[in-house]
Amino acid sequence: MTPTLQVFLIVSAAMFSIGLLAALSRRHAIFILIGIEMMLAAANLNFIAFWRFGPQHQPPIGVMIALFSIAIAAAEAAVGLAMVIAVYRHYHTTNVDQLDQLRG
Amino acid sequence: MNGAAFVIIAIGTLAAALAAATLPNLMHAALSFAVAFVGIAAFFFLLGAEFVGLALVFIYVGAVAVLIVFTILLTHRDAGKDHGFNWGGAIVALAVFGGLTWAILKTQSLAMLAPHMATLTVKRIGTALMTTYVWPLQCVGLLLTAALIGALILVLEEKR
Repeated sequence: MTPTLQVFLIVSAAMFSIGLLAALSRRHAIFILIGIEMMLAAANLNFIAFWRFGPQHQPPIGVMIALFSIAIAAAEAAVGLAMVIAVYRHYHTTNVDQLDQLRG
Repeated sequence: MNGAAFVIIAIGTLAAALAAATLPNLMHAALSFAVAFVGIAAFFFLLGAEFVGLALVFIYVGAVAVLIVFTILLTHRDAGKDHGFNWGGAIVALAVFGGLTWAILKTQSLAMLAPHMATLTVKRIGTALMTTYVWPLQCVGLLLTAALIGALILVLEEKR
């Protein structure tokens, strides 16, 4: 049995849903970031899968988009974790439910 | 493309991702996150994008996972406490997965096999990066510099 494009997309959808689960359910700021990273990885998997199964071009467009998206995700993770550290220093907590100073 | 390899990688990746999303111990969850990204990289290798898979391992397992572990250690006093779990998120995630799977299985044109492909060499990626994608490459360089400076400014000691 050779895997079709559908099974790759279903694995990617499962990865996205797990990332969504982490981002919505965890109350710890670092794990919301981990969830976002997993959703981005699922999108990258989709790009690579569509590139592999689609018509072949030069340059390889799907690979290029995945490479740039990985670079942007790395920058996002660095800034996000710096924000978690800054928030922790200020409020002495990383629980997002307790960061409600701006709530009306 | 090998079906057995696909099934093994899929089970390992999704199990590690689920562990990263649900384990109450933060350090265990961060290490499961690293394992999940090794699995994603294995998928990239399976799909013939070896360079992207290698870049993913270097960036995520080498840098981002270490950064997350450092952040957990720096916010240590808070890390031991479990902040609880919101079951509403699980329902939303299951609904999204169900909807996506239904849409993917309903679209018959997606049930195709991989066409024959010439090997994607690093030379081809480098040529594309230096010709067609040279402006995006410069912009990513600028973005990474801005992110570096921004992250440094964010964690500077606050003046009182």
